[in-house]
Amino acid sequence: MPIKTFLKKMYFSNIILGLLFSFSSFSLVANESANVSEEATALAVTKTESTKFDPGKLILHHIADEHEWHFFTVGHFHATLPLPCIVYTASAGLQVFSSSNFKNEHHEEIPYNGFVLEHGKIHAENGEKVYDISITKNVASLLISAVLLLTIFIGIGKKYQENPHRAPKGLQSMFEPIIIFVRDEIAKNNIGEKHYRRFMPYLLTIFFFIWFNNMLGLIPGGANVTGNIAVTLVLAIIAFIVTNVNGRSTYWTHIFAMPGVPKWMLIILTPVEIVGVFMKPFSLMVRLFANITAGHIILLSLVSLIFIFENAALGLAVVPFSLFMNVIELIVAFIQAFIFTMLVSNYIGSAVEEHHH
Amino acid sequence: MELITPDLGLIFWQLLVFGILFFLLAKFAWKPIIQSLAEREQSIDEAIKLSETTRAEMAELKAGNEQLIASARAERDGLIKQAKEASDAMIAQAKLDAQTAANQEIEKARVAFEQEKASAVASIRREAASLSLDLAEKVLKSQLKDKAAQEKLVTEWMSDVKLS
Repeated sequence: MPIKTFLKKMYFSNIILGLLFSFSSFSLVANESANVSEEATALAVTKTESTKFDPGKLILHHIADEHEWHFFTVGHFHATLPLPCIVYTASAGLQVFSSSNFKNEHHEEIPYNGFVLEHGKIHAENGEKVYDISITKNVASLLISAVLLLTIFIGIGKKYQENPHRAPKGLQSMFEPIIIFVRDEIAKNNIGEKHYRRFMPYLLTIFFFIWFNNMLGLIPGGANVTGNIAVTLVLAIIAFIVTNVNGRSTYWTHIFAMPGVPKWMLIILTPVEIVGVFMKPFSLMVRLFANITAGHIILLSLVSLIFIFENAALGLAVVPFSLFMNVIELIVAFIQAFIFTMLVSNYIGSAVEEHHH
Repeated sequence: MELITPDLGLIFWQLLVFGILFFLLAKFAWKPIIQSLAEREQSIDEAIKLSETTRAEMAELKAGNEQLIASARAERDGLIKQAKEASDAMIAQAKLDAQTAANQEIEKARVAFEQEKASAVASIRREAASLSLDLAEKVLKSQLKDKAAQEKLVTEWMSDVKLS
């Protein structure tokens, strides 16, 4: 009986979750279109002579990283959050300053302290190599997601410690099915009963990190963190290290001397297998990056259609369709986190597998 | 091209943030969560197993109880039967004893009675003998008063003697 009510509760919380999703996607579409429209007008205002709306530039600007957090522009008012720039050069050493220094009162780009901001990158005016570890929009979003993850899951962890044998409540009951899903459907199925336990913290971290950042990216004005190649590159490198550090004899013999294959075949097979070792994390990196970036591009393109045709009536067709795409993106946000975690655990599973045939 | 060129700064931050995130979450979130989930599942498992064994034990206990009751009942019946048999035997014995005692008494009474009777008869006989002697004496005295009678008698006796 308690299990039944628990399931009912779970179902109920799922409905609430779904409603939340749909509400956020509504507001997302509304905001995104508002965002784009204002941007477009701003572009139109600043480039009165060209006046041509350039969707490519707009979209790339949205999905790329930048040194300030731009929310919207109304006429000459730019709602931006300046972020700290942290740069290191051999001659000037480490310098920290606000990104607002690169803009004058007319919102034009100006050099500051020997640095110029060009196409979102900081260069030294004297041509020196600049090591830029600024808190960019993506880094800021990354930090927000980290704080969010820490608050939520450490809070939940405390609840588990306080009453370990009670039925979950609130946030705990919202995330518990997902944690159990990661444990039973992803880790246990792919790694196996014997080894899955020690990979659980890593798998849960990547799952929730990717999922949360995917979702944060869908919030209006949010950054495109998981759609950034540097972020997915790091995730892939970590996956590569975790997989290969845990590789056992069976794993390595399958790479260098595939059992049950004629010796001469190994000349072809071994290089293929070695390429495969690197291709696996590479595919992880590209898959996540491409899926999330593509989702953002599709949404922005749909909204841009209105401004390309300069016809507000088109909004009647575009808004429902972009709403639909948005809901799909919310599903994609979960699916990509799931696929990434599942593939990583699959690779770990093949690495820790013991000889049994 | 800019889109697929990883930015060094972001790689640095991602490594740092993800590393710290992993460390903190693993220590303060995943460890207690996984542990208590496993514990909870184990305790539920144990509770289910315990209830099953308890149920089996209860059934066993019930069967044992019934057996116990049945055996107790059988024992009771046996005891009652035994007691009844003993009492019957006792009653029978008592009856028998009473009978023999009565018989003995009767016999004794009869013997005494016989003796009494015999002595009574004997004394009556003696009495009767003396009475008849007295009577005979009186009769003889009266009859032999005259001479003729005495002679008649003697003649009678003499005839008798002759005959024999």
